[in-house]
Amino acid sequence: MKLLVCISKAPDTTSRIAFTDGDKNFDESGVQFIINPYDEWYALVRAIEIIESSGGSVTTVTVGEASCDPVIRKALAIGANDAVRINTVPTDSGQVARLIANYADGQGFDAIMCGKETIDHNSCAVPAMIAECLDLPFVAFATSLEMNDGSAILTCEAAGGTNSVKVTGPFVLSAAKGMSEQRIPNMRGIMSARTKPLQVVEADEVLVSTSVDKFTLPPAKGSCVMVDAENPAELVRLLREEAKII
Amino acid sequence: MSVLVYIPTNGGQATKSGLEAASFASALASGEVSAIVSGDLSGDGGLGAVGVTKVLHYSTELKDNSQLARLVESAATNTGATTVVFSRNLEGGAIAPRVAVRLGAGYVPGVVELPEGASFSRNVFSGKAKAAVSVSADKTVLGLTPNAYGVKSTGGGDASVEAFSAEVGESKLSFGDFKPSSADGSVPLPEAERVVSAGRGLKGPENWRIVEDLARALNATTACSRPVGDMGWRPHHEHVGQTGVTIRPDLYIACGISGAIQHLAGVNQSKVIVVINTDPEAPFFKAADYGIVGDVFDVLPKLTEAIKALS
Repeated sequence: MKLLVCISKAPDTTSRIAFTDGDKNFDESGVQFIINPYDEWYALVRAIEIIESSGGSVTTVTVGEASCDPVIRKALAIGANDAVRINTVPTDSGQVARLIANYADGQGFDAIMCGKETIDHNSCAVPAMIAECLDLPFVAFATSLEMNDGSAILTCEAAGGTNSVKVTGPFVLSAAKGMSEQRIPNMRGIMSARTKPLQVVEADEVLVSTSVDKFTLPPAKGSCVMVDAENPAELVRLLREEAKII
Repeated sequence: MSVLVYIPTNGGQATKSGLEAASFASALASGEVSAIVSGDLSGDGGLGAVGVTKVLHYSTELKDNSQLARLVESAATNTGATTVVFSRNLEGGAIAPRVAVRLGAGYVPGVVELPEGASFSRNVFSGKAKAAVSVSADKTVLGLTPNAYGVKSTGGGDASVEAFSAEVGESKLSFGDFKPSSADGSVPLPEAERVVSAGRGLKGPENWRIVEDLARALNATTACSRPVGDMGWRPHHEHVGQTGVTIRPDLYIACGISGAIQHLAGVNQSKVIVVINTDPEAPFFKAADYGIVGDVFDVLPKLTEAIKALS
């Protein structure tokens, strides 16, 4: 099996969310970056499990600048064989997908695996866009994956339940909870990651079709109205008369 | 501006998220609003009432997002639409980005309200911030966050229905059995208007009856925190939070959940949050609109009775 896993860096969940450059960019100062959890816990770990049992290789691909290298090294420490970084500032899902598709085209990957979304932009867009750029089938929100020669069986989330899907030939998936469990890299993995290949390639010129004009923070939440535990009927009255939602 | 909206149907009628997307499309459009439907459709599917003027009906029910993307692209070309609207649920969220690539359009997912001027407001950082996004391409594809805009009747008459055919290509996917996640047919979490959620404070899976009773009284869907899903007390699909499902109900009632930041990331876009916890210092109270400091085993049955007394 030859597997490609798309890895994005994301601010740690506990990061302070603030903006800079006239609220046009995320303020990265003092922010701890992690591998986007959906990419790591689900897509990357499942890919590694598959090659551990069936043989093959896992390559990671990241669109970003050198500031992404620490999270790429972590992916290598968890067990990816090698990594590629496409060197540019990612600004738009369509741009990221096109760059990854251009890189993957013709390399014979059996599957291109992504997390279902990043925890910063929450777009859920890149996986499906890669599939369209390469004219490949796309399985969204996959919660399990078994690969055989030339075909794969997946379970994926669907409205009100799950579907089982069989796909023939190469495909793209977006991974959701259930696909695998988080894996903590061991010392041997961390040591070997230092010498695994991390290839940096320059980005092609691709079209960017959306841009963020301004980020805003929501107004602070008002204080919580406390209701006596002995009197839940008062809560019901407030929900009906004040919040008007029941 | 002519707008196309993709509409999933159930039993021949547009789904609620479909009607919501159509309502949004109608408010957005200055010209014709067309809908594309694949599969079962009876009458106009209820779409005229939310402002759709024309329904293009492709009679085969397609499931592969690749084929659906070709169908929607073809409908957009046929109607001359410059904006295509999807509900960004599980299905729409997989088709919309493909359509954006096919049309060379800018894709804006997570739209929660009508645009102000030329830019669309979308939620980012799990609802902790908003981004105003503008599109430089000639065409725009929008993914509307479910349960954000609402279904809005325009009082319009029936939409015209036209049979539509398109070259959708071969599918390389074969779909097996659909397994419903709940036997009771409750609304799926991402689309639920009311959610009752519980955490470790419930002490064990055998105690969930009081949560289910409250959910039933409110006609709500049940959810849980991550530890509860991980310990197998509740099925994984009920886990809301950073690595589970993100929801945006009108009412979210959290029972015995402390409110870790990862949990809040999945629920903080709820319109009203109620927190019930024995610990007055639980961080969740800071994110709540209403709170009760008390034991869920005492409070939930009383709350359920108080809600039943309403009807």
